[in-house]
Amino acid sequence: MKIAVLSGKGGTGKTLVSVNLAAVGKASIYIDCDVEEPNGHLFFKPTNVKIEDVTVKVPVVDDALCTGCLKCVDFCGFNALAYAGGKLKIFNDVCHSCGGCMLVCPENALTEKDRAIGSIQNGDSGNVYVYSGFLNPGEPSGTPIIDRLIHENNRKMVSMTFIDCPPGSDCTVIDSIKDADYCILVAEPTLFGAHNLKMVWELVELFDKPYGVVLNKCQGGDNPSEAFCIEKGIDILGRIDYDKELGELNSNGEIVARVSEKYKAIFSTLLENVIKEARHGTTVNIKR
Amino acid sequence: MKIAVPVDENNIETGVCISFGRAPYFLVYDTETKGAEFIENTAAQSPGGAGIKAAQMIVNSKAEVLLTPRCGQNAADVIKAGNIKMFKTADGSAIDNINAYVDGKLSELGEIHPGFHGH
Repeated sequence: MKIAVLSGKGGTGKTLVSVNLAAVGKASIYIDCDVEEPNGHLFFKPTNVKIEDVTVKVPVVDDALCTGCLKCVDFCGFNALAYAGGKLKIFNDVCHSCGGCMLVCPENALTEKDRAIGSIQNGDSGNVYVYSGFLNPGEPSGTPIIDRLIHENNRKMVSMTFIDCPPGSDCTVIDSIKDADYCILVAEPTLFGAHNLKMVWELVELFDKPYGVVLNKCQGGDNPSEAFCIEKGIDILGRIDYDKELGELNSNGEIVARVSEKYKAIFSTLLENVIKEARHGTTVNIKR
Repeated sequence: MKIAVPVDENNIETGVCISFGRAPYFLVYDTETKGAEFIENTAAQSPGGAGIKAAQMIVNSKAEVLLTPRCGQNAADVIKAGNIKMFKTADGSAIDNINAYVDGKLSELGEIHPGFHGH
């Protein structure tokens, strides 16, 4: 079963929830798809780490063969090519690696080469296989790394996979949840938090994913995110209190469920609820 | 000599467009024939790479000078490769700026912004 953990903004507790759920389960896979700033590995501190470069294909021109016919320039839907001053210019960071320019070139002046945009690092941490994606600074799109992370993962057979998504609701999040059986939306108890919850709620509704909400940093009093769940009839999977001890452990890079029985119990209960809801969601509630 | 300017409208009174890559039209003025041509900027609706495509249109127009309030890095790379000089527009209409350039009153565009590339 693949569980994606997402939220409309950073800092709501996606990594807290996904890391600790993976830690309290049996053999699990944890995938950090937040490739712009992956931090799950800071908690798991995996060993036997293997690093693989992730590359994309970009075109290379042979200036001696290029006649400046502009066929490739006109073809490119992303405007990654231009011909000026008698030379073809290629904008690698605009290129989406479709290979179309090579097909339309009548002179066979274009070939392709690999360009590294980041890496995947995987290793072991107790019961958890940890996969993390790292996008090189300055690179515009992490989706090729996320695609590799999601597919790479199909090699290992475990009962539970937790996907720690990037924040927000853009295409990197869509890529991260596309193979998920169930989505956990983590939300903060503020108006801003409720607004961000609504963004990811719209996304999981759009993709017909079964889902539930974890209310994090609960402090008593008004909780606009909880009110939103009640209004929309959304399942609340669990509540995590705003808790100084948990905050300190977490900010020191500890996996709270591994160092404290109290938090182990909280996340074990949450995991039971998630599995129960996910089974219910995937068998009964395929189409919402 | 041809002079290109990103403009808001396809009439001769038009103002200069604040964006280069996403300007609706380019005015290409020929100082020899005194003729003005409007080119529709097909790059304006591009999801990405608009500056590159717009710059390609300027190169294709055979303009030797581009008058613009600003220009992104990718577009500037193409413009420079095409040996087109860039000058910074001042207040006034597109024609005012073309006249100001001809009179030597515009200065070269020095600052190139890194672009406004979203996802």
